[in-house]
Amino acid sequence: MSATAVVHEGPARTPDLELVAMPSVIEVIDLVTHYGSREILHKISLNVRQGEIMVIMGGSGSGKSTLLNTLLGLVRPTSGIVRILGEDLNAISDVERTRLRQKTGVAFQGGALFSSLNVLENIMLPLREHTKLDVQTMRIMARLKMQVVNLAGFENLMPSELSGGMIKRAALARAVVMDPRILFCDEPSAGLDPVVSSAIDDLILTMREAMGMSIVVVTHELESAFKIADRICVLDKGNILMVGSVEEVRGSSNERIQNLLNRRTEAEILDPDEYLKRLTAAND
Amino acid sequence: MRQRFADYMDRAGRSTIDAMAEFGLGAVLLWQSLFWIVMGHRRAQPVRINATFERCVEVGIQALPIITLMSVTIGIMLAIQGIYSLRVFGAEDQVVLGVGMSVPREFGPLITGILVAGRTGSSLAARIGTMKINQELDALMVMGVNPIRFIVTPALIAMTIMVPALTFWSEIVMLIGAGWYIGLDLGMSWAAYIDRLREIVTVDDVLHGLKKATLFGIFITLVGVINGALVKGGAEGVGKMTTRSVVLSICAIIVTDMIFAFVATRS
Repeated sequence: MSATAVVHEGPARTPDLELVAMPSVIEVIDLVTHYGSREILHKISLNVRQGEIMVIMGGSGSGKSTLLNTLLGLVRPTSGIVRILGEDLNAISDVERTRLRQKTGVAFQGGALFSSLNVLENIMLPLREHTKLDVQTMRIMARLKMQVVNLAGFENLMPSELSGGMIKRAALARAVVMDPRILFCDEPSAGLDPVVSSAIDDLILTMREAMGMSIVVVTHELESAFKIADRICVLDKGNILMVGSVEEVRGSSNERIQNLLNRRTEAEILDPDEYLKRLTAAND
Repeated sequence: MRQRFADYMDRAGRSTIDAMAEFGLGAVLLWQSLFWIVMGHRRAQPVRINATFERCVEVGIQALPIITLMSVTIGIMLAIQGIYSLRVFGAEDQVVLGVGMSVPREFGPLITGILVAGRTGSSLAARIGTMKINQELDALMVMGVNPIRFIVTPALIAMTIMVPALTFWSEIVMLIGAGWYIGLDLGMSWAAYIDRLREIVTVDDVLHGLKKATLFGIFITLVGVINGALVKGGAEGVGKMTTRSVVLSICAIIVTDMIFAFVATRS
């Protein structure tokens, strides 16, 4: 039986050379973030180019969620600069921040759909709050986005009636209903079976192709990261280990990156002799 | 011993600071809500009329059955207790005086406040707590929607309107309940009962009760919102803060009532 190569039949990734010439839509310079006295992010510098899918990857406690929350303005950094579409997120006024947020969309890990609103109302909410369109136009726009995420026909369901994959799709539809320039996705494949997870990855690629937005994805799912990323930022204990293409990350000789890629934990990679020595030392 | 004392003082100090922070948060919430009521249109983010109307229905209309039932029961209870106590002095017919003076000033607002705290205050804390856990509050913020304008202001407007309205209704029902029992026990006619009430109850008494009810409505909302916003952990955290919200709301209502009574009886 011959081995068959697995080919992902999703939209193709944008060629890297084209992306290099693109301007940055997100610039992070020397970002330091603390929770209380504990430093979570240490002098992080990163940029995301227009039209690029940047995947932020790392193990638990690496600081990837804190980095995302800082990019979203939900966590105030101790020092450093976060520039979104050229505007310093922490130096602009509330009115300017509200305006800036209309140019970005966020799909949260659990969907964060409003439980008191049905799917259509959830997706229409940003339009209701930020535009003066009539209700009929808003409905049409929301339904178009629902078609993009393959949720047509589920308009009247409540979030509690949706499956995990459908919640993620609805969250994505709500995130892109204002046609944002940047889309942030927090763990889009987490908690989904491999088939649905792969479909969500395809959806992210499709949306980039269709809308030309930049996408920042935070994930710990390797397969998903390798499938969608133009570049990957690998975080470890609040530091960036490397930023590079999928091939560069895969070929990295950095031990921590290899541990992450091979899903090895600290305990597993411990040398048995070393472990024995530690135990003996503890008993002494 | 010294260490235990130091630990105790440390805990007491932290609790005091936390309590002060909660008072501060309450003041900020109130200020921000007023800001959005006045400035919402200028900022192109008006307070949602539909949501405010929905909250009014939830706080007021849906609470009518329980408020009515409790109020009529308390009215009857007041009449029973009043007649029993006054019988010692042979002054049972003065029960109308007791009922007329206590219902609009005390029992109406107090009972309504406590029922609304248990019903609406707890649901507000639970809703906001659940929204926080599900990242719905974060979702609002990153959408550029101010959560205070979106959630707190409609609830505050609804409570400020509906708690006094419910209180007024509760007072009428309590007086009807008391009148029914007084008629049954003392044989007083409805006309005589109403005439006597009109002599006793003044507009000031009713306004006194309604002013208190307005304050109760504001306190219940702020306490519910603060406790919801402070939820940590999962469902257990929501349960804890919901209970805390009800307890604190009732405490705030009783303390405010006492201060009001003290000031009113001296002016």
